[in-house]
Amino acid sequence: MNYPQDPLWMVAVKALLVIIGLLTAFAYMTLVERRLLARFQIRMGPNRVGPLGLLQPLADAIKSIFKEDLVVEKADKVLFVLAPLISITFALLAFGAIPFGPPGAFFGYQPWVLNLDLGLLYLFAVSEMAVYGIFLAGWASGSKYSLLGSLRSSASLISYELGLGIALLSPVLLVGSLNLNEIVRWQQENGWLVLYAFPAFVLYLIASMAEAARTPFDLPEAEQELVGGYHTEYSSIKWALFQMAEYVHLITASALIPTLFLGGWTMPFLNVPYLWMFVKMALFLFVFIWIRATWFRLRYDQLLRFGWGFLFPVALVWFLATALVVALGLDRAVLQYLSLFALALVLGALFYSPAPRAGRKGGKA
Amino acid sequence: MAPISEYLNILVYLAAALFIGVAALLVGALLGPKKPGRAKLMPYESGNDPAGEVRRFPVHFYVVAMLFILFDVEVAFLWPYAVSAKGLGLYGFLGMVGFTLLLFVGFLYEWWKGVMKWH
Repeated sequence: MNYPQDPLWMVAVKALLVIIGLLTAFAYMTLVERRLLARFQIRMGPNRVGPLGLLQPLADAIKSIFKEDLVVEKADKVLFVLAPLISITFALLAFGAIPFGPPGAFFGYQPWVLNLDLGLLYLFAVSEMAVYGIFLAGWASGSKYSLLGSLRSSASLISYELGLGIALLSPVLLVGSLNLNEIVRWQQENGWLVLYAFPAFVLYLIASMAEAARTPFDLPEAEQELVGGYHTEYSSIKWALFQMAEYVHLITASALIPTLFLGGWTMPFLNVPYLWMFVKMALFLFVFIWIRATWFRLRYDQLLRFGWGFLFPVALVWFLATALVVALGLDRAVLQYLSLFALALVLGALFYSPAPRAGRKGGKA
Repeated sequence: MAPISEYLNILVYLAAALFIGVAALLVGALLGPKKPGRAKLMPYESGNDPAGEVRRFPVHFYVVAMLFILFDVEVAFLWPYAVSAKGLGLYGFLGMVGFTLLLFVGFLYEWWKGVMKWH
């Protein structure tokens, strides 16, 4: 299918709108997260600055702009400034490839900024650049806490990137295209991909939690263990830029999961552009915050072993199963049965609890 | 195939993102007090210089990065297969399985060698 194109000035306008929208969304995400975490812990959260605390993000922003912008003595002066710029730029870039409606849904223009045939590869490449920002930040700070934080962070990011990539292969096998618009259209016609690729969906969800450094995997900023991770030496707006990049990654992940597996902006009923996409994003953002409020952190070696020893092989096995079905031209219903079986397996494993053995130290990791 | 102008949009987007990022850095650099002091410019923590050369780190991270490069190459080979699997049929599938098994043996070797076991 041929998708219409916008004039360049419109692309620029949309790019700026998306960027400013993302930055506002980030600011309010911090508020929503704080208030939701508070609810989970039966307390109120910030409610002093403005009604319902709605001006809190603004106050935080003003505070961080007017703070002293320090560059520590031991730092590599150029890279120290460059690192937050790289982080934020490439975090912002990924979001534009996500479609929010059919062609022409944005006042006659297209509801996306980029419509690439290699959309998924582009997302992959851009999110990989996050590792550079983080690693440069840690190295340029000239402090061992920063360096260790950045190393941990980049090692876990690249480890889970692998599982992410292989989990993504099974939707690609079914759709036969890397274009995100095509993937959404396929789901409109054949049903959501999660029905065909449930294991890939779960693996992708876990991997994107690690990619956005969210809670079970947020070791790079384990405050109690590593001071502040790779941004120990940063202050003022530079520190804020790292936070921004992290939340933008989170928002992008919560937009990508529905786009790839849950039909994107389409819905079997009441098919309105934008609306359902925002609803699905909000759902996943809520789930991410919920997990943060309730789960413990993994130890660092456990984190890596989970990524390599579980995520990677399981994703590979599911990819091979999907490839077999697609290559032989079997009925796609086979994949639906397999997905149902996997769902049953996951639920069964969750609810089956063996009798505790006496004298056994610790639980399962 | 999408027209080449779609890729021009990436440059426009990149320019917009860089512009916003640089603007934020500039605003932060211009506003705010500037009173550098010896204690302020020291690295963390409590006035203690981090002892010795800090830019050295455990070799584990190197191993993880090597493995990532290796298996990311595998993924790079799997992408084109994934797009065109339907047309390649059983023969293409078997070729891909052979390749995947080859690298998976490497993965198993690495796993049993205990590369991922720290301490």
